[in-house]
Amino acid sequence: MAADTANENANAIGIAAGTESAGDTGDAMIAVQDLTHYYGPMPAVENVNFTVRRGEILGFLGPNGAGKTTTMRILTGFMPPTRGRVTVDGYDVVEKSLEVRRRVGYLPESVPLHTEMTVNGYLKYMGTLRGMPGRRIRSRIDDVIGLCRLNDYYKTHIGKLSKGFRQRVGIAQAILHEPEVLVLDEPTIGIDPIQVVETRSLIQELGQAQTVVLSSHILPEVSMICQRVLIIHEGHIVAADTPNNLAQHLRGVEQLEVEIGGPPAEVLPTLRRVAGVTEVTHHPRPGVNAYRVKYQEGSDLRDEIARTVVSQGWSLLSMQVSSMSLEEIFLRLTTAESASDAERHGGGPD
Amino acid sequence: MRTIRAVALKEIQVYFSSPVAYIVALIFMALSGFFFVQDLGNPFPEASMSNFFQGATFLLIPLAPALTMRLLAEEQKLGTIELLLTSPVRDWEVIMGKYLASLAFLLFLLALTSYYVILLVAFATPDPGPIYSGYLGLVLYGMAALAVGILTSTLTSNQIVAAVVGIGILVALYATSFISNVVTGFWATVFTNLGFTAHFNDFDRGIIDSAHIVYFITATALFLFLAIRALESRRWR
Repeated sequence: MAADTANENANAIGIAAGTESAGDTGDAMIAVQDLTHYYGPMPAVENVNFTVRRGEILGFLGPNGAGKTTTMRILTGFMPPTRGRVTVDGYDVVEKSLEVRRRVGYLPESVPLHTEMTVNGYLKYMGTLRGMPGRRIRSRIDDVIGLCRLNDYYKTHIGKLSKGFRQRVGIAQAILHEPEVLVLDEPTIGIDPIQVVETRSLIQELGQAQTVVLSSHILPEVSMICQRVLIIHEGHIVAADTPNNLAQHLRGVEQLEVEIGGPPAEVLPTLRRVAGVTEVTHHPRPGVNAYRVKYQEGSDLRDEIARTVVSQGWSLLSMQVSSMSLEEIFLRLTTAESASDAERHGGGPD
Repeated sequence: MRTIRAVALKEIQVYFSSPVAYIVALIFMALSGFFFVQDLGNPFPEASMSNFFQGATFLLIPLAPALTMRLLAEEQKLGTIELLLTSPVRDWEVIMGKYLASLAFLLFLLALTSYYVILLVAFATPDPGPIYSGYLGLVLYGMAALAVGILTSTLTSNQIVAAVVGIGILVALYATSFISNVVTGFWATVFTNLGFTAHFNDFDRGIIDSAHIVYFITATALFLFLAIRALESRRWR
């Protein structure tokens, strides 16, 4: 019921929600059917459906507590779902948990590591746990230490490493056994901007050979790395599409930030008269009069507004398409949901 | 098998690189040494290890949970359990690896006490039988005590809670002999046989009774089984 509403509402704003048929598992690496998980009486995720193709990089986008981590813990076989079926490479995460775990590399959000071990010792330990033969562990440790740029920290105790380097160790252990599926929970959280860029390019590199599922609450990050994005809110998928399509569909919601040198009392009504403009608000800042102009979906009024401003003899100081922040997307997706709820209840026969 | 060994070796390394194990070893050696010497200070001393064995069973009540408290509680606290359990490792392999590490450390501790025996043999002619059987009993007793500690460490992410609850259970199993002193008949038999003490005492006297061996092994298996179930319980919690 709730999932229906979410889908409907996502369709209402032109986004294909997670309605892919879970039955076709042709080249699906991960298939999730009607996944529901309860913590006590509260559902963390409810009726979630999606598939991830082999070699795809999928992004989970959502605020804290949306159900991203829960979904990932179920994917990695850490805990079973309350209801629903999840398969990785055709193996059920509950019934064939060991097979799933052999194929999955996982980086939990908090990057839990054994701080009393050295980088090398820790990777060796994790390799043994993953059932890798000794010789392969040694050659793979050399590989991942190079990939994750840990060369100088080979023998350092993990407890002495900074957050950014711990993150690298976390990724190193996740890719050590060359898993077919990589699950990364907030891989760029809490590290400095340069490392964020490095981590992103590393993930993209890995994504060429492996299936990657990552979560994030940063929209540009997800659109940069991922081929497909699932937006999760309160345990439901509210949108699922490629970043490009999402951006396109959401462009209609975009607005202009315009700074105009001119008397606000005249500027406001003039802007409102421009065809297509739905709403203009005035945001005075020190020394500048800024206006936020909202207009109908699919139209581009920049040209029109610029001409109008100039023809009035005012100065156009700046004009910017303000892209929607994640918060605004959620606001839109979730308020649209309650609006359609209200509509339905209002129009119902009861 | 390889994963059990990997888990065990890792934990043994941590034992020897952390202060807790050395503190436990220090306390154990100092106090067991005291128990050993105490009896020999009598006007008519007996060349036996009995006082040491009795003291050691008492010392293991706090020390066994101190050795095991970190093993699973810390992994749960730090979240490393998530990576451990998403590796292709079975739950029982995790418990067994951790348990064997603690058992290895206990055997190391008991090996240190062998110099008491050397002293005894050098200066007197002790009866070797009760020494062998006493050590056997002490190992069996320690196995069961460590299994209790593993169980309580699995149940919580707080090491202190794990240790305190573990000590509580071991005290209860130690104290059943006191209860059997104040009740009679059937219940006296039940309480006597329930606890560790009565089963250990025969080993101390030089008696190797298979019933007692079965008792300690059963107790160990029971607590380890409960620990495995507790670890699995995340699946239905």
